[in-house]
Amino acid sequence: MSGDDERFIMVNGIRRELTGAQAEGSLLEYLREELDLTGAKNGCGVGACGACTVLVDGQARRACITKMSSALGKEIVTIEGLEGPGGELHPLQQAFIESGAIQCGFCTPGMIMSSLALLGKEKRPSRERIRQAISGNLCRCTGYQQIVDAVELAARRMYPEA
Amino acid sequence: MNTTDGVFRYDARAKATGRATYAADIKLTGMAHAVPVYTRFVRARGLRVEVEAAKAAPGVLAVLVAADVSGQVRYGQIEPDYPVLAQDLINFEGEVIALVVARTRAQALAAAALVVEEAEELPPLLDPESALAPAAPLLRLGKKDNIVNHGKMRRGDAEKALAGCELVLDERFSTQFIEHAYMEPEAAVAIPRPDGVMEIHGSMQHPFSTRRFVAAALGSLLAGVEVFNPPMGGGFGGKDDTAALVCARAALAARAVRRPVKLVYDREWSMRESYKRHPYKLHYRAGFGADGRFRAASIDMLCDSGAYTSVTPWVNWRSLVQCCGPYSVADVRTDVYAAATNNVFTGAMRGFGSPQVNFAVEQLMDMAAERLGLSPLEIRRINMLTQDGETITGQKLDGHVVSLGQVLDAIVRATDFERKFAASSRGAARDGTLYGIGLALSYRGASLGAEGADFCSSIVNCQADGSVILDAAIHENGQGAESVQMLVLAEELGIPLELIRRQRSSTSMIPDGGTTVATRGTIMGGGAVAVAARELKSLMARTLAPKLGVESDRVVFRSGRVGVEGGPGLSWEEAVAAMFAERIYPYAFGTFRAPKVSWDEETGQGDAYFTYVYSCQAAEVEVDAATGAVRLLAMTAAHDVGRAINRALTMGQAYGGMVQAAGMALFEDLAVKDGRVGNRNLDRYKIPRARDVPDLRCILVENADPSSPTGAKGIGEPAIELMAPAIANAVYNATGLRCRDLPIRIDPKELS
Repeated sequence: MSGDDERFIMVNGIRRELTGAQAEGSLLEYLREELDLTGAKNGCGVGACGACTVLVDGQARRACITKMSSALGKEIVTIEGLEGPGGELHPLQQAFIESGAIQCGFCTPGMIMSSLALLGKEKRPSRERIRQAISGNLCRCTGYQQIVDAVELAARRMYPEA
Repeated sequence: MNTTDGVFRYDARAKATGRATYAADIKLTGMAHAVPVYTRFVRARGLRVEVEAAKAAPGVLAVLVAADVSGQVRYGQIEPDYPVLAQDLINFEGEVIALVVARTRAQALAAAALVVEEAEELPPLLDPESALAPAAPLLRLGKKDNIVNHGKMRRGDAEKALAGCELVLDERFSTQFIEHAYMEPEAAVAIPRPDGVMEIHGSMQHPFSTRRFVAAALGSLLAGVEVFNPPMGGGFGGKDDTAALVCARAALAARAVRRPVKLVYDREWSMRESYKRHPYKLHYRAGFGADGRFRAASIDMLCDSGAYTSVTPWVNWRSLVQCCGPYSVADVRTDVYAAATNNVFTGAMRGFGSPQVNFAVEQLMDMAAERLGLSPLEIRRINMLTQDGETITGQKLDGHVVSLGQVLDAIVRATDFERKFAASSRGAARDGTLYGIGLALSYRGASLGAEGADFCSSIVNCQADGSVILDAAIHENGQGAESVQMLVLAEELGIPLELIRRQRSSTSMIPDGGTTVATRGTIMGGGAVAVAARELKSLMARTLAPKLGVESDRVVFRSGRVGVEGGPGLSWEEAVAAMFAERIYPYAFGTFRAPKVSWDEETGQGDAYFTYVYSCQAAEVEVDAATGAVRLLAMTAAHDVGRAINRALTMGQAYGGMVQAAGMALFEDLAVKDGRVGNRNLDRYKIPRARDVPDLRCILVENADPSSPTGAKGIGEPAIELMAPAIANAVYNATGLRCRDLPIRIDPKELS
């Protein structure tokens, strides 16, 4: 395969064919403006705050500084992709709610996506590890305490045997 | 139901799933996009803006300048000085000289580059001292000096009392510009409705304040503007004036192009234009007796108000009330000045004038203690306000529990303070590190105090099936205010939360209840809900008593039942249906009017606030002897919040406040040089990250407040006003170095 055949990306399990214009610009613009997936937020535009974090082939990536050209053919998961078909919450979403980890909520989707990437690699990360993993995600409301609590809680629920 | 258990946030699911729709997420048919054009000057006059080339650019629908503003160009919360679009004068680098409206944002941005600005550049005034010098050019329109505010306190004879003190500390402190760094930059959508009303959906803290700004710019009636607040991505006091003008600009653009207009700020614009926390210079002469009594203080403060007034006088006022900390001091002379400069302007930020004075006072207490051979605990216990004690404003604290001793004791126990204080390094490094613990104590007036008229309303509107629609004039800032209101209503009516929906409110649906500021969300908003609920219960009891065959004062509302304990009663749903059958709406409007306060501007004396929150916070630090780097090991808080209505969210407020204050102490410094903000994005303006902060502890002390309908006071601002001096004291106890300037920087050369 070559050329126009590669002009697609997978977003939350759906194959999206791209026009020439759509294949330019940032992944964040595409998600928000073309797909109306507004869960990823634009907090800084320079990759400093993490509010736009999504998974690209399982890795946490800041969508605002990810060029569409580098995302072609790849598997993108956004916060909207975490809910089950019947609206079931992902354990991380449930844990954020139960731990009081959500205040203004602007950082929440990005925080959850970075935490998801971490829990994809480690089943029982220490609080220190969790803090490292979310240090690319700024939060001004919570002081991070209950966010770290939430990730620990989600890890216990996702991997009870770990 | 015990509402203090568990976590309740009715909006948490929407936020956890990415479904919550913030202002920038709104998309409407035919919507156009506006962008601001900034000045290239810091100070100039004779502004001329050429827009013809921009107007001719592809997709452009309109380009607006000050001459196109149909209402007032300048508006403000206290002084009408902040222009929605710059007119003739440039007072700081954040002035917006034009607004470009186009079909797409990209087209608007491209056209913005074609706007041409000409003006006569003038040398800027860059510090408050120069602004107050006799020959300084006058910056304030129509005013004869650059003094934005002068606040005074005259209590006893401070000079005479200082002369009789065994110890007089003469110390200077300074604090820095702080950026709010709410995660969501300003955004607004304005919709020119067919009924002639301008509808606003904006990221703003204060819908009613925003409505005043928008109506002023449009030249409209207040009733001609309807402001909704969608979920807001953080405010911390910072989403008023500038955020309101973002809404006003969107409204001007929408009126001009007769279609919905969206104006979304990027981070650079936000940090360039939005107001900051006031930097203060503080000069204290604090007098103590040999017994450790804090006897007198003579205090001069000067702060930079920047280009516009905003709420500077109110911020200064709180600095006055708290200028001697939570201590009883007989003789005080204080003058606080705010000067106009050509720097970015300063206004409300969480803490509102207290973090600056606490940084000074709480270090002075430790300094005096050391000189007098007392511990930090002893000197505070000798001087702190006690029950029925008199504040420095002459207010007798007899209406609520004065709990400074309780919060101090709680911190001492939780941190093992005495042992750790004794074990602090005091400059003697072990294994290359230095350890220290420090604490700070405060009292803080809840709500507006003598700053303004303090009242708030709520509407409780029962539906035929027993479900209830709740409204209140305190709005959600992200802290959970609306969820607290729902909890208060559920508890008052004795019904499950599942029956309650919080109305998606607007400024047209409920009377102006003041702004969600000043730690007044829970006490005023929750209080208003409690009052409305009690009005409703009284109406229902009076109406239903004959049907129940009992006296109305015996009817109670509990566990989904309305009636007499152990006697006749109806289910909640039956009771509501019975009201409709009587043709009496189960509906109530309630107002909580805060108790009266008083203030004398000449003496700085009066009953400043109707109640106070008492707080103590401690920090433990480790300092690297080789680099001077400060690492936070622990932060602990104890607050008397009156009553915690939503415990997990109360704690969350405390945690967030502590970390914001740690940012002020160690990380944050808005680099304002030559009138320009140097670090205009979050890659260079460093707020604390998860790895920068330790696990936090918060102890809630609950002495229900008789002046609050719910017993609750508040937590938002008490949480942020103590950690900077606590960290400074901890750093001193680690290193023996006193940090008088923020942010704290340790020169390793001084450690040897």
